[in-house]
Amino acid sequence: MISASPAPLLDVEGLSILLKEKKRPDVAAVDDVSFSVAPGETLALVGESGAGKSLTALALMRLLPKTLGVAAKRITLDGRDLTAPSDNEIRAIRGSVMAMIFQDPLSSLNPVLTVERQLVEAIRLHEPISKADARRRALELLEMVRIPAAATRLAEYPHRLSGGMRQRVMIAMALAGRPKLILADEPTTALDVTISGQIIDLLMELQRDLGLGMLFITHDLHVVRTVAHRVAVMYSGRIVETGTVDEVFATPRHPYTEGLIQARPHGSFAVDGHRLREINGTVPVPAARPSGCAFEPRCARAEADCRAQVPPLVPDNDEGRAFACFHPLQERVA
Amino acid sequence: MNRHVLRYLGWRLLQSLVVIAIVIVGSFMLLHLVPGDMVDILGGQRGDMDAELMAILRARYGLDQPMLVQLFHYVTGVLQGDLGYSYRNQTDVLSLILQRLPATILLVVCSVIVAVFLGTMAGVIAARHVHRPIDVIISMVVLVFYATPVFMTGLGLVIVFSVKLKLLPVGGLFTPGVDMTTLQLVANVAKHMVLPVLSLSLFYIAIYARLARASMLQVLSQDYIRTAYAKGLGTTHVIIGHALRNALLPVVTMVGLQIAELFGGAVLTETIFSLPGVGRLAYDAVFERDYPLILGVLLVCSFVIILVNLIIDFVYTLLDPRVEVSR
Repeated sequence: MISASPAPLLDVEGLSILLKEKKRPDVAAVDDVSFSVAPGETLALVGESGAGKSLTALALMRLLPKTLGVAAKRITLDGRDLTAPSDNEIRAIRGSVMAMIFQDPLSSLNPVLTVERQLVEAIRLHEPISKADARRRALELLEMVRIPAAATRLAEYPHRLSGGMRQRVMIAMALAGRPKLILADEPTTALDVTISGQIIDLLMELQRDLGLGMLFITHDLHVVRTVAHRVAVMYSGRIVETGTVDEVFATPRHPYTEGLIQARPHGSFAVDGHRLREINGTVPVPAARPSGCAFEPRCARAEADCRAQVPPLVPDNDEGRAFACFHPLQERVA
Repeated sequence: MNRHVLRYLGWRLLQSLVVIAIVIVGSFMLLHLVPGDMVDILGGQRGDMDAELMAILRARYGLDQPMLVQLFHYVTGVLQGDLGYSYRNQTDVLSLILQRLPATILLVVCSVIVAVFLGTMAGVIAARHVHRPIDVIISMVVLVFYATPVFMTGLGLVIVFSVKLKLLPVGGLFTPGVDMTTLQLVANVAKHMVLPVLSLSLFYIAIYARLARASMLQVLSQDYIRTAYAKGLGTTHVIIGHALRNALLPVVTMVGLQIAELFGGAVLTETIFSLPGVGRLAYDAVFERDYPLILGVLLVCSFVIILVNLIIDFVYTLLDPRVEVSR
C-alpha cells in the first residue's frame, strides 16, 4: 500500500500486536500497521512514547514477551516470508538479515563479557570462520564504527567504555552478521547531544556505504529530518500519516503531525518570543482508545464523524503519501 | 598478578590477621568465663583427688597463673605453631586437628561442590520453564529438602541405602582392615562419602536452587539477554553463555556466607556417619571440657573459613569484571 520503491527490502502489511489478557478481550497495542523499507532507504517511525514504535520493531524480530501476540497479513524481508516464522527461521534471520540496535547501550551489552567475546560470537554465529579470523573481523568492525585504539578496546568490558563508545560497539555488533536491514530503536536517546550527533552521522554513513535499509525509531523530529528519507507518524498504535520527509514536514495533513512539528523548537533557541505549542492531553492507552479516531479527544478539528469511525489511512499521491484523517489540513499552495 | 591485586591481597591478609586475633582472644576469654577448670573436672570425675594433687596439676599446666598471663602464653604458643596440649587425648592439639582435618575438608568441599552444581542446575532449569509443571515440581522437591533437618536426611538415607538396600556403607571413612591399592582406597572412600555428602548438601541444594532460580529470572529479563537473542542465538546458548555467569554472582556470595554454617552442619553429619572429622573432635572436646582442643578447633576453623572467603572474593572478581580490585 505504501511502497515507494519497486522491490522493497521489508514489506509489512497489517501488523497488529495484541495484549493478551486472561479475562478481557485482547487489546491491540499496535493496530493494523503497514509500511515498507527499500534497500538503502531509511524509514523513520515517529511518535510519542507509547505509540507502539518500539513494539513494532521488536515484533519484526519476534523479541516481544509471550504476553504480546503478533499477527500480520503479510511480512516479507529480502524475499523471505516472515509472516509467521518458526523459531529456527527467525533465528537464522536475526543478526544476519535483520539486526537491531537498542536504546541503552550499557544495559544492552553483557557486563561480564569482553567486547571481543560479544563481537566474535555475533560474527561466528552467521559465518563459519576461525576464531582468529573472527577476531580480525571484530577489529575491522570496531575500526569501521571508528572506535579509536580499536585493538585495545577489544579486551575491554562494556563498563569501561563511554556511552558513545558502547553504542558504537552495539552498532559494530549489529553489523557483524552483514545484515541488510537495521532496526534502530532510539539509538541516540540515552546519549549526550554531541555524541548523539556523531552516532547519527556514523549510522548514515554506514547505511550509505553498505546500502542498508533502516527502520529508525525516534521521537525527535530533528533526527528524522537528518537521517530519514521517508517518515511514518504513529499515534496510539496506528500510523496516522506517512510520506517523504520533505513532504510531510512541509505540508503536514494530519493535525497530529502538525502538532508534533509545532511542538518542536525552531532555530537555535526560542529567543524570538515564539512560544512552543504543545498538544494538550496525552496519548490514550490502547485499552482506553476511543472508538473513532484515537487523536480525536485532543484534536481541535474533530467533528462528529471522527468519533463514529476510525479514519482509514488513505493514499494521497503515487509516491506513497498517505494520511488518516477525515478533516485534514489543507495543502499549502506554494 | 598485577600490583593492584598484590596490594589487595596484602590488605585482605592484614584484615584476616586482625579477625584471627579477635577470634583467639575472644574465644580464650569466653572459655575462661566458664566456672571451673580442667583440673576441677578431672577431680570431679576421678573423685579421689586431694587439694594438693590438684594444685600440682594446675601448676603443671599453668592454670594457676592469672588469666592474662595464660592468654599471653597461649598467643605466643600459637604464633610458634603450638596450639596447646590436650590433657584428654594426651597429644598436642595441632597434630590431633591435622589428623582429623582431611575428612572434614573432604566432606565440606564435596558438599559445597555438589550443592552449588545441583542447586544451580535445578534453579536454572526451573527458571527456564518458569510457572510450568517442571518448575513447580522442582520448587516442591526443593522445599522438602529445605524443610528437612540434616540429621533426619542423614538417618533417612542410611535406612534406605545402607540398611534396606545395602548399597552403601553405614558409616566410617573407609573399610578398615583390608589391604587396598591407592585406586581401591579412593573408590572406597568415595563410596563412604556418598551418603554424608548427600545429607549435608541436600539442604544447601535447596538454598542454591531457590537463589539460582530467582537470580536467573532476574537476569533473563535484562536488556543484554534480548541483545543475545537479537544476534540470533538459541535459548540454550543464551542461558549458558550470557545468563548463567551473571546469575551465578549471588550464588557465589552465598557460598562465602554459608561456609561457616557448613562446618556446623559437618558436626552433625560426622556424628551420624561416624566420620573421623574435626566436627566430631570438637563435639567430643566440648563434652569432655577439653578447653585447649576446643580453642584449637575454633582457631583452625576460623582460619579455614577466612581462607575460603578470600578465595571466594577472588572468584567473584573473576566472574564479574565490574568489581574492580581496590585498596
